[in-house]
Parts: sequence; structure tokens; C-alpha cells
Amino acid sequence: MAQSENEILDGIAELVNEETGLPKESVEMDKSFTDDLDIDSLSMTSIVVHAEEKFGVTIPDEDSKNLRTVRDVVAYIQQAQG
Amino acid sequence: MAGAPSSTNDHEHRDIERDGTRMGILDGKRLLITGVLTDASIAFRVAQVAQQEGATVVLTSFGRQMRITQAIARRLPQPAPVVQLDVSDQEDLDALAERVREHVDGLDGVLHSIGFAPQGAFDFMAASWEDVSAALQISSYSLKSLAVAARPLMAERGSVVGLTFDASFAWPVYDWMGVAKAAFESVARYLARDLGPEGTRVNLVSAGPLRTMAAKSIPGFEAFENSWPERAPLGWDLADTEPAARACVALLSDWFPATTGEIVHVDGGVHAMGS
Ligand SMILES: NC(=O)c1ccc[n+]([C@@H]2O[C@H](COP(=O)([O-])OP(=O)(O)OC[C@H]3O[C@@H](n4cnc5c(N)ncnc54)[C@H](O)[C@@H]3O)[C@@H](O)[C@H]2O)c1
Repeated sequence: MAQSENEILDGIAELVNEETGLPKESVEMDKSFTDDLDIDSLSMTSIVVHAEEKFGVTIPDEDSKNLRTVRDVVAYIQQAQG
Repeated sequence: MAGAPSSTNDHEHRDIERDGTRMGILDGKRLLITGVLTDASIAFRVAQVAQQEGATVVLTSFGRQMRITQAIARRLPQPAPVVQLDVSDQEDLDALAERVREHVDGLDGVLHSIGFAPQGAFDFMAASWEDVSAALQISSYSLKSLAVAARPLMAERGSVVGLTFDASFAWPVYDWMGVAKAAFESVARYLARDLGPEGTRVNLVSAGPLRTMAAKSIPGFEAFENSWPERAPLGWDLADTEPAARACVALLSDWFPATTGEIVHVDGGVHAMGS
């Protein structure tokens, strides 16, 4: 079941908040996980694993390492839910 | 993160559904499995195969990895409980037996699937003692710490299994982690000596290179990626943790009753080749 871009963004913001304590509002489409949100690789792994669970998708390593911005992740999930 | 389980299609025909009549080689066994981080972890596959073979599994994790392990634990055939254990924390070690007892009334086996070295340890000539000692504590000494912590729960014919990377050679980039593995292999032999009289076996699986989180944290791990599959007479799949996992499960079972202090190579045969 495909979700809208906004629903996915909300979900990602929630996961980022649970993992790092960052306010949900700070998770905006054009933010980079590492450069803007200061998320390290262990937290990123956690966010990806929880996103797979939450959105019912599989994000292989080869793909997850290319997901730089919040928009990249949202677009990836939307496409994977197809 | 996902991916490893689907990359093993050629093994799937063996994962027959258990229908009550088929005996699993770990039926009734209670196992403590450390080292599940992602579903690429060697320990994840051990837990999966162990459950398919009838075992009850308790996992460990610690610190910021705990949330990841808890999510990954829900992907096992039977979701498994996760207890807190940082092998470098004496309080965790002291509390381990009690924490595990909340889930099982004893242990028939323990898997040590723990490795860590600070980045500095991967530069042999420049590494500081601080880096090296952390590698030795978490990657070598921890086998003894874990075995001792689990000892009060161990059943009469218990099995401790750990994972090594062949420490008989100097490898590219592995550096002080290689030294730590040499110590680890020695620790396993001494543990085999001291726990043998209690009926506990201690054995290691020496696995070829696998693309896990631990491997990715080794700068220059790619040095192994092409050469290993070429050198292995049986070939080698860097994404398939199942061969190593099956060997661990076999050693955790009753099928090696008189084997201890042993290292079983699951590396496609590379260890036996001259070049
Ligand atoms: N991946 C390989 O190429 C390879 C080859 C041979 C042997 N091994 C060995 O296999 C074992 C498992 O590694 P993996 O490759 O599955 O990687 P992994 O990153 O999935 O697992 C390593 C585990 O070590 C745990 N760990 C680290 N520090 C710890 C501590 N202080 N307390 C408790 N746990 C701690 C981590 O939580 C993690 O689960 C390691 O001993 C590793 O050296 C790996």
C-alpha cells in the first residue's frame, strides 16, 4: 500500500526523533542526514532498520548507502511501496 | 540492511518447514547468542538456523545498538528476547546469568560473535596501546568473560562457540585485529582446558570474509573481496553467512560430543591452499 510523500516524511521524522531526540520539525526534505542533522552511521542503520519495519519495505545496503537526504529516503520508500 | 537472507536461494531447499515429525539437531536446546546487530550479522543467521533446528534463543546487545538488535530480533522465525550485555562492562557480566534466567532456566550453548577494534588498530605500526588493548579486551578476553558469566547457567554438556578469522597469517589491513584473533584462538584452547572437566566444549569457526557491519568498519576490507572467491576451491560468497552459521549450529549441537579446543574452517578451503 503506497503512502503519500507527507505521510512518509512524518514517519521518517518520528523515527529520527525516536533515535536521536531531534525535534520532528527539523526533519525537512532537503536536509542531509549526516551534514545537517548530524546523524552518524550507527543511528542511520537504526533509522533504516526501523523504516523497513514501519513502511514494509526492504532497503538493501547497496541502496541505503546512497540515501543522503531526507528526500532520498522518502522517494526510495515511495518507490519501493509502488 | 536487509538482503543477506534473500541472497541464499541455493540453500533454501534445505530449510524444510518443521512439521513436528522432523527432528531438529537443536531440539530442546537453550542458547545465548551474542552479536546480532543487523540481519547481515553472522549471529543473526546462527539464531535463525538454530530456531529452525528447534532451539530457544536469547540474544544480547548493548548501548545504542540495542534498538537495532531489538528490531532485528523481531525478524527471526520466533521473535527473541534481547538482554543487555557489553562484554567490557563488569556489571553487565555479573548480571548476565540473572538477566538470561528471566527467559530460560538454563543454557546448553553460548555463541560469542563479538568483534571490535578502534580504527587506530588497523594501522599496525602506528597503533597505540590504548587502541590495541581495547581490541584485545573486547575481541579476545571477552570469550573468557562471557564463558564465566554464563557458567552458572550451563547445562552438563554445554557448548561455547566463537568466530575467528584465521590468525595463522599476517593479512592486509587486519593488523591488530589479527593479533587479537590470535589471542582469541588461544583463549579458546585454555577455556577448553578449564571448562572440559565440567563437560563444556569450546570451539571456533574460522569464517572467510563476510560483508557485515564489523567488516565494513575495517578500512580496506575490499582487499579480501576479489582474492577470496578466487583462491577458494569451493568458491566463496561474501554475502552468504549461512555456511558459517550452519557450522556454528553443528558445534552447538550434540554432534561433536568429543571435540573441544578445535577450529573449524568455513572459508571455502582457502586455509588449505598454498596460493
Ligand atoms: N565479517 C567477517 O568477515 C568475519 C570473518 C571471520 C570472523 N568474523 C567474526 O565474526 C564475529 C561477528 O562479526 P560480524 O562479522 O557478524 O559483524 P557484526 O558487526 O554484525 O557483529 C559484531 C558484533 O559485535 C558486537 N559487539 C561489539 N562490541 C561489543 C561489546 N563491547 N559487547 C558486546 N558486544 C559487542 C556488536 O554488537 C555486534 O553485534 C566477530 O567476532 C568477527 O570478528 C567476521
